[in-house]
Amino acid sequence: MSIFSINPLGIQLIVSVLIGIAAGFVGAFMVLRRMSLVGDALSHVALPGIALALIIHINPFLGAFATLVFGIFIIWLLEKRTALPSETLIGILFTLSLAIGILITPEPELLEALFGDITKIGAGDVIITIIAVPLIIFLLERIYKGLVLDVISRDMTRTMGISIHRINFIFLFLVAVIVTLGLKVAGTLLMGSLVIIPAAAAKNVSTSLKDYALLAGVFGAICAAVGILVANYYGLSPGPIVVLTSGVLFLGTLLMKEGK
Amino acid sequence: MEPVLRVENVSVRFDDQEVLRNVSFDVQKGEVLAIVGPNGAGKSVLFRAILGLIPHGGTVTWQPGLRISYAPQKLFIDRDLPLSVGEFLHFKNPNKIAVVEALKSVGLNDEHHIEEHLLTQRLGWLSGGQLQRVLVAWSLLDNPHVLMFDEPTAGIDVGGEETIYNLLKRLQDKLHLTIILISHDLNIVYKYANNVMCLNQDMICHGVPSEVLDPKSLAKLYGGEANFYKHEHLQH
Repeated sequence: MSIFSINPLGIQLIVSVLIGIAAGFVGAFMVLRRMSLVGDALSHVALPGIALALIIHINPFLGAFATLVFGIFIIWLLEKRTALPSETLIGILFTLSLAIGILITPEPELLEALFGDITKIGAGDVIITIIAVPLIIFLLERIYKGLVLDVISRDMTRTMGISIHRINFIFLFLVAVIVTLGLKVAGTLLMGSLVIIPAAAAKNVSTSLKDYALLAGVFGAICAAVGILVANYYGLSPGPIVVLTSGVLFLGTLLMKEGK
Repeated sequence: MEPVLRVENVSVRFDDQEVLRNVSFDVQKGEVLAIVGPNGAGKSVLFRAILGLIPHGGTVTWQPGLRISYAPQKLFIDRDLPLSVGEFLHFKNPNKIAVVEALKSVGLNDEHHIEEHLLTQRLGWLSGGQLQRVLVAWSLLDNPHVLMFDEPTAGIDVGGEETIYNLLKRLQDKLHLTIILISHDLNIVYKYANNVMCLNQDMICHGVPSEVLDPKSLAKLYGGEANFYKHEHLQH
């Protein structure tokens, strides 16, 4: 714990940047798979999980992770069936869970749950992040080919012997992991945006998949770093600053794209 | 000789609707089989059944150990999809020399152009004709024994269409591929296929194009509206 007392801001910065990189990287494939809306709303599902965990006195992040896994399982099931009113259903389900979460989260913890509070990270969070982020990137590296080809043609991907439902489940699971990790940074309201917006910005200015994925990770890191630093300087909540920074990046890249 | 593919009594139902009824045929090695029929006849459904992508009745037997390359009719490639031609092709084969060779074999001969421009180009920015060539190259990358093409020239002008078929024909002669393709153009079928199968939920005809594409089966196939077939041309 001694490192924390020496330089808490430095630790917050490292953790946030790692989360930003992984969020951008995962988000790149979320955006590519046309799941921006789903990704944006997914983090809302964490709130009732946090609330329940607080009520029964377990680690809130376990609760958040449990409900997020439930959320991605619903998405996975809906994606498996080809009929597609799923977006509406997901939108309704996730917003409902947010509403329930707001009602049952104990008042003192509500603000932190909604917007995150990176100043409250403990040694455990740091260790988990340092282990999980490389693991997410490693796993994604193994399945990204199928994730991309599936966008172009599901049939063609299947004839190549790739099990789409399997890789899609792994992918969505990784989304649940990164959203859970990011709750400290951006909270249940905004964490989904840290997954989606840097990737959407990277898409504006990338020709190749390699540039796109790398840039999404870099943008995620920039948003996280700027968010933490600005929030720390002005005594604001980092979550909104992180997301606003990503919004500025998105606008900038959009102008670059239109200017071409 | 053992057929490459044996299809026996294949039927497909979607909910309560029967879209294919008892289709049976064999495909021999080196054959070019064209499947023709009106829209909604079940041609793509037959392809998907043969490939095991959808549940079906009857049996489909492939010769063991075959590599099959399938190019579907619809590809969802947005203009802003961040994926370069090179990356797309490397998904199938990470070897750069193999990729360049495959592109050369589909008539893109300028190596400088391939390496400097084409491979780094966005897939979504290719013209219809270029994309089809890249798709044929993609199909060839794992040295398949069988090519299955669903409307390989959809969205290409007539000149480009001829070229793609010439290309497929040349590749077939050179590599002794077996090709099964879906086409809407009977002239192309006469010119390039050794065998044709007419499909409209049921199999209406199957055999050598000049023999089986008679007025009667065409009328049955297209509901009496098709009137450009080879026999008439010959009679004039």
